[in-house]
Amino acid sequence: MVKGSPTSNHLLRSGDGNDYTDLGVYQKAGGYKKLKERLQMSQDTIREEVVKANLRGRGGAGFPAGVKWGFLPKDSEKPTYLVINADEGEPGTFKDRYFLNSDPHLLLEGCILSAYAIRSNVCYIYTRGEFYDELQVIDKAIADLYEAGLLGKNILGTGYDLDIYQHPGAGSYICGEETALLESLEGKAGLPRMKPPFPAIVGLFGCPTIVNNVETIAAVPIILEMGGEKFAALGTERNGGTKLFGISGHVKKPGLYELPMGFNMKKFIYEVAGGTLDDRPLKAIIPGGSSCPMLTPDEIDIPMDFDSLKSVGSMLGTGGVIAICEPTSMIDVILRISRFYSHESCGQCTPCREGTGWLYQLIKGFKDGTARPGDIDTLYNAAEHIDGHTICALGPAAAWPVQSVVRKYRHEFEAALENGGLAETA
Amino acid sequence: MSFEFSKEMEARFTKALEKYPTEHKKAALIPALYLVQEQHGYLTIEGMKYIADRLGISASEVLNTATFYTLLRMEPHGRFHLQVCTNVSCFLRGSDDLIRLIREKCGIGPGEMSDDRRFSCEEVQCLAACGTAPVVQVNWDYHEDLSTKSFSSLLDTLQSHEISTSEGI
Repeated sequence: MVKGSPTSNHLLRSGDGNDYTDLGVYQKAGGYKKLKERLQMSQDTIREEVVKANLRGRGGAGFPAGVKWGFLPKDSEKPTYLVINADEGEPGTFKDRYFLNSDPHLLLEGCILSAYAIRSNVCYIYTRGEFYDELQVIDKAIADLYEAGLLGKNILGTGYDLDIYQHPGAGSYICGEETALLESLEGKAGLPRMKPPFPAIVGLFGCPTIVNNVETIAAVPIILEMGGEKFAALGTERNGGTKLFGISGHVKKPGLYELPMGFNMKKFIYEVAGGTLDDRPLKAIIPGGSSCPMLTPDEIDIPMDFDSLKSVGSMLGTGGVIAICEPTSMIDVILRISRFYSHESCGQCTPCREGTGWLYQLIKGFKDGTARPGDIDTLYNAAEHIDGHTICALGPAAAWPVQSVVRKYRHEFEAALENGGLAETA
Repeated sequence: MSFEFSKEMEARFTKALEKYPTEHKKAALIPALYLVQEQHGYLTIEGMKYIADRLGISASEVLNTATFYTLLRMEPHGRFHLQVCTNVSCFLRGSDDLIRLIREKCGIGPGEMSDDRRFSCEEVQCLAACGTAPVVQVNWDYHEDLSTKSFSSLLDTLQSHEISTSEGI
């Protein structure tokens, strides 16, 4: 996989030949160097730097991390937990895996600093079960930290205690939703909880909890090193810093790239990623994971940040861009996506449990030639009836891409109706 | 057939329990089920009842969790479990060709196991390696950036791999 940082090099530094999974190598590059000093700063000073950094949640929702930390109750008698969401699984997204297998200590140093900032003494990293190798890397990195006195009781004599534990997932996309993740961590099926109460008030084991994405936390040591304002200035006004953007599908150089927030999407596809595969005409772009509404080629000359993508009716999501070229059928594409959401619906809310199955069946009808006149509108309406009627965001995530494809590529559905299905693609 | 942890699994179970508050032992359920699976190859009713007793929860709570997750299984897999991602990025890079190749070379499709139990196949959802699509996870190992040629030679290697009796299943 191509990994590179055409314009910046803060988060992504593999490829320089160093094995950062090794604690010594990480320390030699400056890691943990100022940890003692930072654990003697006031907790609020660290939080303020993260607020100044405009660090917006890298799991896809884009909520400002420092602000989220501020939602914790001030004088809770219960313990506070920090939980790291390493349940990466949004189709098109492959950024957190990089930290987990290539730079685990950047994440772990982020965990220590963030846990300290929110006055937590226990941190759990919830890592998806398929990441077997990554689970081993993180377990070893944690063990190395205990041995070096960088975790456990009285870290570096600062009086601060912290334990970090890794918890394996077991194959379930919905557990990337923060409250489903907490249920799963408690040993239960991953059914999202009603909010409020939000996890900051009632989270893991009924205690105040902050759930943050891997990449969000990995940015914290960098923010403290360069200062929040400087980090913020790397991005756009309301979107601080750099971010890992992935690109997959029909491009010449698929891979992971570090870019400043607000980097132009067209430039990303045609310059950074080398353009489309075999120079085929671009047909559609999924901007940040499969739940984001799709963009047509004339919509992609935009900055990649949370606000710009929202303004064109889509989302930045996780920054996992998928490029789709001619002659791919959009019906084939949306069929895969709708099958995914149908498979991953937890089944708790009827509109999602039943609706995602109907979306899949209806779309399959266009492929197989069993769709009837009127099914295009039925499909759109079915999606509309899921959106906004569920506990968590999986329902909308299933509905939006379908709606965007029906709106923008309706002619393909009409052609499939006329031709009695899709020709079998080789 | 009763179940109990081997000495090694018992030690790992004890270690897993230490991660969670003593009043929230149920949090160790998924790690414990993985241990049962590693020891026995898959989850049995006896294995799940055993875990229920060890964690002080009901058997139905164990079953509720065990049946929710795709990596927890109630029946054995082949020696080489071929988990082919056919989600959007892998689809765009030719994952259907890999499924076809498995049919040709191993004689099985998704959800099936070869008669000699060497191979089983499953279509899986996104493995979070889209930049190196298409991806197949064989048991726990990721194989990325596959072509029909490289995957074909991987299947040949697995086909000729000598399976010792100690490898079970």
